[in-house]
Amino acid sequence: MDGNLNMIGYGLAAVGPGIGIGLIFAAYISGVARQPEAQARLQSIAILGFALAEALAIIGIALAFVL
Amino acid sequence: MSAFISGVPTESYTPPGPGEFDLPGIGSGGKTFDFLGEHMAVGVTKPMIDIVLVAIVVFILFAAASRKREIVPGRLQFAGESIYGFVRNSLSRDIIGSHDAARFTPYLFALFAFILLNNFLGSIPFFEFPTFSRAGMVYPLALMSWCIYNYAGIKKHGFGGYLKLMTVPGGMKGPILLLLIPLEALSNFLVRPVTLALRLFCNMFAGHLLLILFATGGLYLVEKSMAYAPVGILAWVLFIAVAILEVLIQFLQAYVFVLLNAMYISGAVADEH
Repeated sequence: MDGNLNMIGYGLAAVGPGIGIGLIFAAYISGVARQPEAQARLQSIAILGFALAEALAIIGIALAFVL
Repeated sequence: MSAFISGVPTESYTPPGPGEFDLPGIGSGGKTFDFLGEHMAVGVTKPMIDIVLVAIVVFILFAAASRKREIVPGRLQFAGESIYGFVRNSLSRDIIGSHDAARFTPYLFALFAFILLNNFLGSIPFFEFPTFSRAGMVYPLALMSWCIYNYAGIKKHGFGGYLKLMTVPGGMKGPILLLLIPLEALSNFLVRPVTLALRLFCNMFAGHLLLILFATGGLYLVEKSMAYAPVGILAWVLFIAVAILEVLIQFLQAYVFVLLNAMYISGAVADEH
């Protein structure tokens, strides 16, 4: 079996952002459940947090191909 | 089950890699040259044509939508107004604030429409290549937004005032500043444009790579033998699911790119605390 060890490393590296994105949306959902009228305001914050956490996974995939 | 799958010899199937995105030049005649130690090909490629086409289509679409302005909008005018209203209300006004929003809304709106259509090219039949899965296409966009938020900030606060706003966090005093100022400067002037570009590029790149993997891998398994065919068909079913997810991601990345642009602009033109 052949393949690139980088990809396993990337798989491990993606666990962190995965947990982070899960936490962000969990907080967003519970925030909206408690106060539905705050949804519009929370949405942009949640998507911003998602984008920042996801950037780690994205940088990981770029490095997995480059290194 | 594991024996079932690991029985596939890996030699005859080459998984897709970054090389899949190096499209051949159109009308190049195969000419190449060396530039900064890199081997470059001469010619126009598909994403180059796509990006110009998208710019023209976006222009014509919104010029047509805003040409005949009526109190009761027609279909095209309504579509144009909905997209414009979405960017103005949920991005520009909410984040930059109504005082400065009017100046930046046209830029954010044009950026959103341009990126959205470019991303959707990844899913539109016959194009099926997201323009921004080539990194070189994204860097100018990030550079442009870097110039715009820095220019807006310098115009508002003056050069020294803007540097202070960007590098000195509010309410901080004493030796901790020695640590904070380089960090803030690094994050605000270097990391921001790089992550802005990489985020859009890698999302388009990774999403398209995943689609290629499911399509070609499924084909390989179906052609391999009857025993593997169900797995190949499962891969094709997953291909459809991932393709639908891709459309969501394409929209979300256009939204996030413009959202971050709006946040950077609002941070640059914010009043000092």
